[in-house]
Amino acid sequence: MNAASTASLQWQNVCHRKDLVPHSGIAVMLGKEPVAVFWLPGHDTELYAIGHTDPFSGSEVLAHGILCESQGIWSVASPLYKQHFRLDTGRCIEAPEVGVDVWAVRVEQDWVQIGNILIG
Amino acid sequence: MKKQLVVIGNGMVGHHFAEQWMASEMAADYELHVFAEENQRAYDRVHLSEYFEKQSSAHLQLGDDGFYTLPGIHLHLNEAVIALDREAKSVTTAQRQYSYDTLVFATGSYPFVPPIDGRELDHCWVYRTLQDLDAIRASAQGATRGVVVGGGLLGLEAANALRMLGLEAHVVEFAPRLMPVQLDSDAGSLLRAKIEDLGVKVHTEKATRKIIPGDEQRLRMCFADETYLETDLIVFSAGIRPQDQLAREAGLQLGERGGIAVDQHCRTSDPSIYAIGECAVWNNQQYGLVAPGYTMARVAAAHMIGNVGTTFTGADMSTKLKLLGVDVGSIGDAHGATPGALNYRYSNEIEGVYRRLVVSADGSKLLGAILVGDNSYYDTLLQYALNGIALPEHPESLILPDSSGMSSPSLGASALPYEATLCSCHNVTKGDICEAMNDGAVSLSDIKSMTKAATGCGGCAAMVKTVFESELEARGVQVDKSICEHFSHTRQELFHLVKVEGIQTFDELIERHGQGGGCEICKPAVASILASVWNEHVHEAKHLPLQDTNDTFMANMQKNGTYSVVPRIPGGEITPKMLIKIGEVGEKYNLYTKITGGQRIDLFGATLDELPLIWEELIAAGFETGHAYGKSLRTVKSCIGDTWCRYGVQDSMSMAIRLENRYKGMRSPHKVKMAVSGCTRECAEAQSKDIGVIATENGWNLYVCGNGGMKPRHADLFATDLDDETLIRYIDRVLMFYVYTADRLQRTSVWLENLQGGLKYLKEVVIDDSLGLAEELETRMQHIVDTYQCEWKTAINDSEKRKRFRSYVNASEPRKARIQLIEERGQLIPARMITEEEVA
Repeated sequence: MNAASTASLQWQNVCHRKDLVPHSGIAVMLGKEPVAVFWLPGHDTELYAIGHTDPFSGSEVLAHGILCESQGIWSVASPLYKQHFRLDTGRCIEAPEVGVDVWAVRVEQDWVQIGNILIG
Repeated sequence: MKKQLVVIGNGMVGHHFAEQWMASEMAADYELHVFAEENQRAYDRVHLSEYFEKQSSAHLQLGDDGFYTLPGIHLHLNEAVIALDREAKSVTTAQRQYSYDTLVFATGSYPFVPPIDGRELDHCWVYRTLQDLDAIRASAQGATRGVVVGGGLLGLEAANALRMLGLEAHVVEFAPRLMPVQLDSDAGSLLRAKIEDLGVKVHTEKATRKIIPGDEQRLRMCFADETYLETDLIVFSAGIRPQDQLAREAGLQLGERGGIAVDQHCRTSDPSIYAIGECAVWNNQQYGLVAPGYTMARVAAAHMIGNVGTTFTGADMSTKLKLLGVDVGSIGDAHGATPGALNYRYSNEIEGVYRRLVVSADGSKLLGAILVGDNSYYDTLLQYALNGIALPEHPESLILPDSSGMSSPSLGASALPYEATLCSCHNVTKGDICEAMNDGAVSLSDIKSMTKAATGCGGCAAMVKTVFESELEARGVQVDKSICEHFSHTRQELFHLVKVEGIQTFDELIERHGQGGGCEICKPAVASILASVWNEHVHEAKHLPLQDTNDTFMANMQKNGTYSVVPRIPGGEITPKMLIKIGEVGEKYNLYTKITGGQRIDLFGATLDELPLIWEELIAAGFETGHAYGKSLRTVKSCIGDTWCRYGVQDSMSMAIRLENRYKGMRSPHKVKMAVSGCTRECAEAQSKDIGVIATENGWNLYVCGNGGMKPRHADLFATDLDDETLIRYIDRVLMFYVYTADRLQRTSVWLENLQGGLKYLKEVVIDDSLGLAEELETRMQHIVDTYQCEWKTAINDSEKRKRFRSYVNASEPRKARIQLIEERGQLIPARMITEEEVA
């Protein structure tokens, strides 16, 4: 992650690096906001943070979805009704008018940190 | 007032006519009255013996349930027409009189019983209706032996029915061979040898002189050659005669040997009366097959609505059928009666096959053929004969096995002319199929629903599929069988690659055989394949990201994001103590509790954090995971069996528990359900399961590939009277073969329907070991059985694995606080969506 472009953000520790699960997601609380954090080791962008709540069901499930790639774009498939949400923009691929929040996320000294400003 | 159309008879042909009529525009101007002598509506008489096999007649019924409730149609069951007054244009039943404008005879035929003294004795039957079958079944109670008089097509069907009732079946035939009309003497003796191998005793050249009470058994049949045969019951199946009594009394013109004479529009000597099916004769010929009957029904309906272009001028009497499991086919001029006809014959007594070609004097055209033992040659030969297609240079190659070194030029679908009839039941040509594709049909099921092809006797299904696929190809449509964009392989191919190359991980597989990063389609599919082959814990780091959430957390996610928990209760047997434990756990974690359809208990509303705690308690009490979350064995439903039930004949409980414990944990392309019934009453509903087992006096009958759900399918009878060990071996093989070859998320029912060769092929693979795979399949299954672990037990004892079960990795706040529930009937259920505002 390019630190320079995100220098103005304030970062909050959400969990330890060891809590991450490769090629999958975990859920964390950012204040009162449930956030899904995904880790794709070995890829250009390794970490993503998007809203954990599935807008179609209103249930907190997105961190438990399967990560999918299509033509280089990564998304998570909601485990309930299988819509795909882009990890980079939070947009739903099947219904682009629907989306979830996206946060900046990085690893700093073994801590996973989420920025305090929404980026998507 | 509307005009009145009356149809006498609700057999297959009468029903077909009614369907044709109701689909016509003229139907709105008429009231259609259909009179049935029997007390149930039209059923499939061709497959009558399945009534015993499947122990019900429901699947034999023709047409939708709603058909006879359509406006303008009136079905009068159990109301035979007893008089016809042509002058007054009315028919009379026991109830009342009905007038008609147009009348259709579809009275069918009746079984011919030779005038033998004693044929009226008790326990002498005919074989035509479901009522006949009920009578035969009742008569078989306490009987050991049954005799069929008549070795024709129907007689052998009847012998099969007797066999299924557990009787020692005999066939007595007057002619020197079986099926004298369709077969020559070589074919007849081969067929005889084959069915004698199955335990059916055959007596040819026997004329029954009289029937008298027997000494050892109920009846004694005395033959003209002074010999005799004792038996408990007799079924006459010595041919059929047109049911023309009413027409005869009304003075309609009959054929030389009976039957109602009709013209090419199926009209009788009275212009307002038609006759169709087996009661009719055209050119003095009766047509005792269903396909010509259907054609007559269409012709009559067409003529009534003013279409005189469609005519009936005889029909092809070729037949293909399976008698007692033996393939028999007869095409066209099978006996070579055409002047100058020449023959090719192939006979293989070791493999038990016989094939004969009858060709024209110049060798250019196929006139007829006979097949015994292997009907796979039938479709191609029939097309040659029906369409007058020029024979290849070496016609014998059409009947020689591949190993002869000559490649058999099977007639490609593209070689068929446009007008070639593929489905004779519904008169569908290759041209009709192409037209349906022009109109947008893109799948085989589209073709079936648009043209009705392959929905009659089903004999043409393989041919229709081939034509459809070759047309697709001709139109440049690639039939893409890729599982998703990441693998251009089918599940079966991926399974093969994993097994052959010893591939252990998804990454390895996608690197070698795929592209990109994977998706929610291929990841779980590959996870299932890896589990089927290597059977490692789903929580191994390399497998974890591949799983659906249900597999990841070994519980079923519900609509509000919580999970449900289903402990295994093998066969539904549970001690009061264990039952109480489930109750205690449910109460402690405030779970909604429900008994499932699979004889176990579902606990709803658990959060991720709670899952390991709940399982700790359940495992301590002796429970195991129920795999309700997996594409794997769910339950083995069972009735109580002979341990308690006065009707039970086997210990279905023990067998169900044994099966459930054996196959639990097996990962498969889709979920698998089983059931075991302790007697033929079938209380466990085994015939609606992927694997169904029903107890018999002598062991177990095995049924395969049924299911309930959206598109229910009855399971097919696969093998009978198995002992425990053979039963398990067969189930091992069937299941593993399914795991090897099915598509992703394909239930066994769809798998079987798509399996080339169908049930017969599956039997060959599993029972006859035709692929030499049986040992491997068993070994592979044994590996899965031996490496079984309760996934939950492994998970709760591993602190790393337990870390996964945190609702939020950085918050101790229990997830439950954020889920809204309301109380209903004393339990908690999800309230509704929680919005951001409410949480804040």
